[in-house]
Amino acid sequence: MIELNGLTKKYGSFTAVDQLNLTIRKGEIFGLLGPNGAGKSTTILMMLGLTEPTAGSARVCGIDPMTRPIEVKRKVGYLPEDVGFYSNHNGYENLMFTAMLNGLPERDATDKVNQVLNLVGMTDAADKKTGKYSRGMLQRLGLADVLIKSPEVIILDEPTLGIDPKGVKEFLELIVTLSRADGLTVIFSSHDLHHVQQVCDRVGLFVNGRLLAEGDIPSLSRKLFTKSPFVIEISLARNVTANQDFSREKNNIDHLREILNPVEGITDIELENDIFQIACSHDATSEIAKAVVDANEKLIYLNKKEYGLDDIYYRYFEGGNDHD
Amino acid sequence: MDLTIFIIAILKEVMIMTKTKNDKRDKALHPFLVILNKEISDHVRSWRFIILIAIIALTCLASMFTALTNIGKAVKPGDQEGTFFFLKLFTLSDGTLPSFVVFISFLGPLLGISLGFDAVNSEHNNRTLSRVLAQPIYRDYLLNAKFLAALVVISVMFFALVFLVMGFGLISIGIPPTVEEFWRIIFFIFLSTLYVAFWLNLSVLFSVQFRQPATSALSGIAAWLFFTVFYGIIVNLAMKPFTPTPAASDRYIFLFETVKLDLLRIMPNQLFAEATTTLLMPSVRSLGPLSMEQVYGTIPGPLPFGQSLLLVWPQVTGLLAATVICFALSYVSFMKREIRSR
Repeated sequence: MIELNGLTKKYGSFTAVDQLNLTIRKGEIFGLLGPNGAGKSTTILMMLGLTEPTAGSARVCGIDPMTRPIEVKRKVGYLPEDVGFYSNHNGYENLMFTAMLNGLPERDATDKVNQVLNLVGMTDAADKKTGKYSRGMLQRLGLADVLIKSPEVIILDEPTLGIDPKGVKEFLELIVTLSRADGLTVIFSSHDLHHVQQVCDRVGLFVNGRLLAEGDIPSLSRKLFTKSPFVIEISLARNVTANQDFSREKNNIDHLREILNPVEGITDIELENDIFQIACSHDATSEIAKAVVDANEKLIYLNKKEYGLDDIYYRYFEGGNDHD
Repeated sequence: MDLTIFIIAILKEVMIMTKTKNDKRDKALHPFLVILNKEISDHVRSWRFIILIAIIALTCLASMFTALTNIGKAVKPGDQEGTFFFLKLFTLSDGTLPSFVVFISFLGPLLGISLGFDAVNSEHNNRTLSRVLAQPIYRDYLLNAKFLAALVVISVMFFALVFLVMGFGLISIGIPPTVEEFWRIIFFIFLSTLYVAFWLNLSVLFSVQFRQPATSALSGIAAWLFFTVFYGIIVNLAMKPFTPTPAASDRYIFLFETVKLDLLRIMPNQLFAEATTTLLMPSVRSLGPLSMEQVYGTIPGPLPFGQSLLLVWPQVTGLLAATVICFALSYVSFMKREIRSR
């Protein structure tokens, strides 16, 4: 659906987007994740032909947005970051304007506007001036505005910014429902990893204009934590003592190694704040628990640590500087 | 009987009109017209426009009344302009209130500046620009529609205002305008619209350049003040050292006057003043200095409309050129701009 090849955008000596290669398939929800100023918005603008790339090419729905931006804009709905409406008109009039701009005759436009207003749950507020809308309402009206043209792709730039958690949840659910129902391709940029994690099939990580990694969240974590994709944390009653010296700690680890000897696939054991971090190549939780209990140790804490987007995020952004 | 036929005819018309209106609902409007419609309705409904139209209508009516009260004294027997009685409505003043033409040349820039100063930057500040430009329209539609909408509003307003003044004049003095007078007035309206269009484009240019509407409004007003007040003073000061002595040759005096006038003609308001004076006062025969040979042997009398038009053609072209330059600059700058939501 969307192909970006070596896309680069430079502002003077500053490189906003650097050699970006990305393919987004039809019907998927793709998350562009990255801190502010990572080049997410610039990438989106280039996909829409609103700004010219310095080098490289983009294809959206098989169309080059540089040479034929109108056709791309006919198929792609774009919700800009911090969307605004004409505050002296009401929500309905604002949407009618967009509908007519998309070449809908007045009668069809009326039907379509009522339909999308209903879809985003804004029918009651439609005759209120948009100047009086709350942030969440504006964002929902923005989504309605995007849906009017019956797009194949919708691009949402930071859509969850400035909405309360309940509003975010509703908004994200709405996006997922729409995407699944109509097979819409959704690109969703955010710096909030939890929002991305909730809805996105695949995620692209942006730092300093580069795509550091892409893939679904399990594969991203596999890619990142290649040596030890699983970490099991355990704590034993006996070593909860103050003032442990180094040798004792070492002993403890050695002791645990002995205990866990029969368990396969353990790559490393570390002790941190009285909690053993056991890294292993596969999910060995039950074997470890069994081994510990069989050795008559008192197991007081057991936790299988899963790498969420949080860890991926921080890991990458810490590493972000190393990449340059 | 006649009345019923009349009413039936009207009803038929209304039915045809409503029918076509229904048909129109099923036809897609060109996106450019959609933007134009919205811009015009926004202008007409805005408080700004209502206030402006109130100011201009009031001042123009006031000047018309002074013209009407003095028009009797203005006509002297044997006056060569006596045949252009009706035009006096627009140019006559008793010194207490400026004439209609002077009002237009004074308030026109204000009208143009206030209709254009927030054309583009308000869209940007309301963050509607990137949303609108993400619709399948060409980028210049927005700028063109903004310009054209303001122009339509201005020209409709001027036509209405001038026809209103003509109507009042017609009722109170009872003398209808001749065909020539009518065309002179029509051309005067075109000229006024063109003049306001220049200021409109200048302020649109500022609105593209400056992010803050206040800055762009102020720049527009500064440019207006500069041209109306300071530019003339500066030209006079600059030309002072070259003032011809009484002993100077005719050729030198002629050159001096021409250069000075040409420098003044950089001002759009000078161009407008010259053009309107010529159009509304048919006795004006030349806008520059005339040598004795040129004047010698001329029969004093008004110029025909075609000749007056010919006389002001350079001025009209100059105004048009200034307008086009401003528009081109804002066009280029707007098309090259990267549209960011913030």
